[in-house]
Amino acid sequence: MDLSAINPVILVASLMVASTPILLAAIGELVVEKSGVLNLGVEGMMITGAICGFAIAVETGSPTLGFIAAALGGALLSLIFGVLTQVLLSNQVATGLALTLFGLGISALLGQGYIGIKPPATPRIDLGPLSDLPVVGRILFSHDLMVYVSLALVAGVWAFLRYTRGGLILRAVGESHDAAHALGYKVILIRLAAIAFGGACAGLGGAYLSLVRVPQWTEGMTAGAGWIALAIVVFAGWRAWGVLLGAYLFGGVTVLQLNLQAAGMAIPVEVLSMSPYLITILVLVIMSADRRRAAMGAPASLGRVFHASS
Amino acid sequence: MIRLEKRPEPSSLWTAVTPVLAVVLTMIAGGILFAALGNEPVIAIRTIFWDPIFGEFAFYYRGQLLVKAAPLILIAIGLSLGFRAGIWNIGAEGQYIIGAICGAAVGLAFYPANLWIVFPLMVIAGAIGGFLWAMIPAILKTRFNTNEILVSLLLVYVAEAILAWMALGPLRNPEGAGFPGSRNLRQYEAAANLELIEGTGIHWGVIAALIAVIFAYVLLKRHMMGFHIRLTGQSPRAARFAGVNPNMLVIFCLGLSGALAGLAGLFEVSGPAGQISIDFNVFYGFTAIIVAFLGRLHPIGILLAGLLMALTYIGGEAAQSTLGLPAAAIQAFQGMLLFFLLAVDLLTNYRVRLGREGVA
Amino acid sequence: MSVKSILGTAALAVGLASAATAQDDPLKVGFIYVGPIGDGGWTYEHNEGRLAVEEHFGDQVETVYQESVPEGADAERAITQMALQGADLIFTTSFGYMDPTINVAQKFPDVKFEHATGYKRADNVSTYSARFYEGRAVQGYIAGQMTETNKIGYIGSFPIPEVIRGINSAYLAAKEVNPDVEFNVVWAYTWFDPAKEADAAQALIEQGADVILQHTDSTAPQAAAEKAGDVYTFGQASDMAEYKPAPRISSIIDNWAPYYIDRVQAVMDGTWESTDTWGGIGTGMVGIGEITDAVPADVKEGALALKERIGSGEYHPFTGPINRQDGSQWLAEGETATDETLLGMDFYVEGLEGEIPN
Repeated sequence: MDLSAINPVILVASLMVASTPILLAAIGELVVEKSGVLNLGVEGMMITGAICGFAIAVETGSPTLGFIAAALGGALLSLIFGVLTQVLLSNQVATGLALTLFGLGISALLGQGYIGIKPPATPRIDLGPLSDLPVVGRILFSHDLMVYVSLALVAGVWAFLRYTRGGLILRAVGESHDAAHALGYKVILIRLAAIAFGGACAGLGGAYLSLVRVPQWTEGMTAGAGWIALAIVVFAGWRAWGVLLGAYLFGGVTVLQLNLQAAGMAIPVEVLSMSPYLITILVLVIMSADRRRAAMGAPASLGRVFHASS
Repeated sequence: MIRLEKRPEPSSLWTAVTPVLAVVLTMIAGGILFAALGNEPVIAIRTIFWDPIFGEFAFYYRGQLLVKAAPLILIAIGLSLGFRAGIWNIGAEGQYIIGAICGAAVGLAFYPANLWIVFPLMVIAGAIGGFLWAMIPAILKTRFNTNEILVSLLLVYVAEAILAWMALGPLRNPEGAGFPGSRNLRQYEAAANLELIEGTGIHWGVIAALIAVIFAYVLLKRHMMGFHIRLTGQSPRAARFAGVNPNMLVIFCLGLSGALAGLAGLFEVSGPAGQISIDFNVFYGFTAIIVAFLGRLHPIGILLAGLLMALTYIGGEAAQSTLGLPAAAIQAFQGMLLFFLLAVDLLTNYRVRLGREGVA
Repeated sequence: MSVKSILGTAALAVGLASAATAQDDPLKVGFIYVGPIGDGGWTYEHNEGRLAVEEHFGDQVETVYQESVPEGADAERAITQMALQGADLIFTTSFGYMDPTINVAQKFPDVKFEHATGYKRADNVSTYSARFYEGRAVQGYIAGQMTETNKIGYIGSFPIPEVIRGINSAYLAAKEVNPDVEFNVVWAYTWFDPAKEADAAQALIEQGADVILQHTDSTAPQAAAEKAGDVYTFGQASDMAEYKPAPRISSIIDNWAPYYIDRVQAVMDGTWESTDTWGGIGTGMVGIGEITDAVPADVKEGALALKERIGSGEYHPFTGPINRQDGSQWLAEGETATDETLLGMDFYVEGLEGEIPN
């Protein structure tokens, strides 16, 4: 065993890349849940984004167009969920699960011609001398654009929810849709917009997997990342920076356990492989134990059907 | 202008008609999908919905429908009680796995003794295993107010890691030439959960599922606990005034659903699946969530929803091997069926009115 | 003509017609796949074998398949379904289908079954598998000479005999040409999770490995190696030619087509018998993909020679003296491993570090 072989700087840099898909999906889901909607179909939207992004990037040769297509694909799929739950008032938990099933199927159908192809490379951003700085250069200034986009999204969502009128309205809708409706806000439209945003973010997360992280298209390649994203939102107590923390913590433990294995650490592999989940639970317990119930931040109307009776 | 008006009571007519309507709509949309993939839509639809029940090989498929539906119903019944009370056990898959491991471990500990007591002990161990695994989110919830959705979900992944470890390590078949996987319990008479009547597919798990349906029905209709569950779901505040102990309810709902999921796992591992292997679990725990909602959290509804879900699986497999439809098309088709079922549910609870309010 | 004779003639005509159709009936061949065809690896290659059967026999065969069949109860139903629908020969292509295959075979004595990678046979059940470890030896030979850090990373799925055999074989061959070589094994503990494979490759590279071997099917390690630069990889299951000439410098290809064609032919000829086939480089079941120019000419030549010697049966990758990891003797000088030990291999050979999880 040689623990000195694990370089913390490189570890942080690679955990940022490893966490980006779930971070993107989770920040989108945060907005959805803040509006009072629980969409369990993240996995389905991610995988659909993965194939839409992959196919368009391969066809056009442009990863940028690929990411745009992924966001559109994810948003489009999420609107199926949106129409069903908001207009046709179906149960959100069941509809979300159905969306996952549908997304896994439809993505596999779309992807039939794209197996064994290498997508065009997504360039790393060249930040010149910044990348050569010791420590921070490697951690902060040596990634591809999407890593920065994901961080910008976290900051943007945080600022939007906290400082803007739009954010206030969104939260009001999530806390009490009846009150928001009484105040004259279009609850359904606001929620549809939030759902579409969540779908777009999940799509980006999926495309990050198929275009950067892996990069390749194979059926079912998200392999459960969408579920982790859902868990991260709850873990974060529905706060934007909490999502960042949760995603990086989860990604970090995953990367670390593989590094420990590679360094020959004498910990049973089965323990290591379940460690990301156990540590997440542990942190969650500590966090929820010393805070008052109200501070947990779950939107009061989360998952409840809204029907304007007047 | 179209608007929706909530019915005071769900319409009993539409309750009966909507599932049929949804299936018809799915057939049309699915037919278009299959035609787009170059298949004969009518034949594809018939293969999925008709042949398993009335076709040439129905004698085999009918039994398989029960085999496939039993674990779904058993798990969904348990989940539905918690869902009614707003207690979200999303991790039945993990409880299913742990129940199977505990039950199988007890059975294998007795190997090769052929005692009648072995199977009953396994059943108890399976239920306890699922129960204890569900107690983790339950106690964290009641003690630390930790979100049970997250904990139960994350524990699925932990259970999967334990499953792999068991299949490769402690429970590995010593006569299995080094391959992962336990002994086949079906070949160990005292532990085997075989068909009770040859050719019908009915094994103990099917019986247990039926008992669970009746039990849940009685509980919800006649028992104080059922009243508490329904009341908590409708109004947690009112429930507290009525003397409901929310912590007890969390323990009861999670524990019961965990025990039922554990039982489902035990019946599966000792019967249809036969052995603990790395890939023992096939997402019954997640599919059961859909079944619970399709059945509108009602015991009888869940029974029917479980059978319908099983039909799409079995019919879908038949469509794959006879028509060459890709598995992905079947998955998308199942997703569509669920969409339509959920969408037309609207008609049960709401009246669709044309025109402006007060005018019509 | 009396009514009776009309009926008689008609019956005869019908009888002949059905006999004729029976003769013209194409042979129905079924395949049960554990993953989706789109996995680009294990199942994809089995499906390529199915397509080769269709191509070779044309109208004489009809093939059916079912993908993503979970092991266990669902497998038994899927196999039964194919048998009921008149399949004459069914290939079940994953280890976990072993007991289900045997069970169904008992109920359909007239149907022939072929189970991949298992060890249980019956009168109508054959087993077949590939000696991928032969290919691993060639990889190890190349890897041992390509590494400059003397650290070779190995990504395994689960610690099953198949994977352990590959690690041992590659290590022995690498050690032979480079006594200082070290293997770092990372277990992904999943059959399929490309992102995790990417993370695993990344971790190995960060630990100083400059050659990565993999027993997982995605190209994620290739991409990680390409990004890192100066790291070499090998294709697995399929050629992964899109990463040629580097980082992918060679590959092991599963090639089931010749075997599938043989067995279908045997059923047609009525010569099918229950057999146990373990094909390797010699029979073409294990293919070595093009060794690219990133590999120095002498190493390439040596690798091809090794492949030749293994293929002809002249050399066995597990030839003594070999000790187990704990130092006890496994094979004496000149002794070669029996298939039985190889099939159930659950130990590392001497020199490998770390423990096999169990």
